[in-house]
Amino acid sequence: MWEKTVDWLIYDQAGLDAASRLGHAVHFFIYDTVKIAFLLVAIIFLITLVRTWFDTEKIRLWLHGKPAWLGYLMAAVFGIITPFCSCSAIPLFIGFLQARIPIGVTFAFLISAPMNNEVAIGLLLILFGWQATLVFVALGLIVAIAGGYLMDRLRAERWLLVDIQPLGALKRFERHEPLTQRAKEAWSHTTDLFKKIMPYVLIGVGIGAWIHGFVPGDLVARYAGAENPFAVPLAVLMGVPMYANAIGVVPMIEALVAKGMLLGTALAFMMAVATLSLPEAMILKRVLSLKLIAIFFGIVAAGIILTGYVMNLIF
Amino acid sequence: MKIEVLGTGCAKCADLLERTKAAVAKSGKFVQLNKVEDVMEIMNHGVASTPALVIDDEVKCAGRLPGVEEILKWIEGK
Repeated sequence: MWEKTVDWLIYDQAGLDAASRLGHAVHFFIYDTVKIAFLLVAIIFLITLVRTWFDTEKIRLWLHGKPAWLGYLMAAVFGIITPFCSCSAIPLFIGFLQARIPIGVTFAFLISAPMNNEVAIGLLLILFGWQATLVFVALGLIVAIAGGYLMDRLRAERWLLVDIQPLGALKRFERHEPLTQRAKEAWSHTTDLFKKIMPYVLIGVGIGAWIHGFVPGDLVARYAGAENPFAVPLAVLMGVPMYANAIGVVPMIEALVAKGMLLGTALAFMMAVATLSLPEAMILKRVLSLKLIAIFFGIVAAGIILTGYVMNLIF
Repeated sequence: MKIEVLGTGCAKCADLLERTKAAVAKSGKFVQLNKVEDVMEIMNHGVASTPALVIDDEVKCAGRLPGVEEILKWIEGK
């Protein structure tokens, strides 16, 4: 219905030619901006509401003292719903180690949190369907678990730059709040986050619109489609210097997939942009040696490339 | 009363400091307000996420941004 409205607005009222490139681009921009804005508000609100029951301290308490295999699994799963900004990486890292949580479990969480961005998953679900989303999430969890396991096997704690003092008793801060209070907080968080990410979404949709209208389909298909076996690692390499929220990248990959890029390649690009960020590496450098950061990035990059190839094979 | 705002310098942490200042002003109490930015010092409070608010060495919240009213309640609850 919304598509019909935009059709009418752009082609009938503004008089843009439905067959022209500009017409297509403007149509995509208006249609997608409003659609994604609506979806974002709904998804973010639901997730932030659920999240008021799961704070990092509580998750730490749950992970504490669990057998390693359960620890990796739980850390990877909790990584999905936990918000993540690179400024919280260090407190989280040290805080987990202080609670004597194995370094591998900590890394499983650190890999999962940015890669399995909960809002991006919500958008994927609506734009690409539940099958693709399910496989994507499953692969993301496997990468986080395998990455964490590898870190433990490598005895990564050798490369820590700080001396971790274990905490005594872990404190928990219980919150007893009525649902209305939680909903109010979730709503205020939603508007905050929405304002913050909307510029990125607009840029993403803008690039998407440009791709949609002006980039010839066979160009994308030739360089990033099924014909190029190296499209996935290439997409990952391109994603590293870019640092944006996964949410902003979704409209871009939507346009690229429509133009013939394989879904796995597009998602690999999105994950690389969100997970492998240079600013995060700079922040982590204060507590981890460069060698450990390089291994961390290497494992994640390998996992993303693998995810891309597997998704390309299936879809 | 001693209030500490724990944060490594991200936007949220700056926001929490502003809200805490507003709450202190509303309460009219005499408060010693500190912004703690050193990572190791932050970690000594036993939190695993920032921003966090500590009132008289008791962690009131971590990893989220409480409203001015909520902070005010904590200050007056003391």
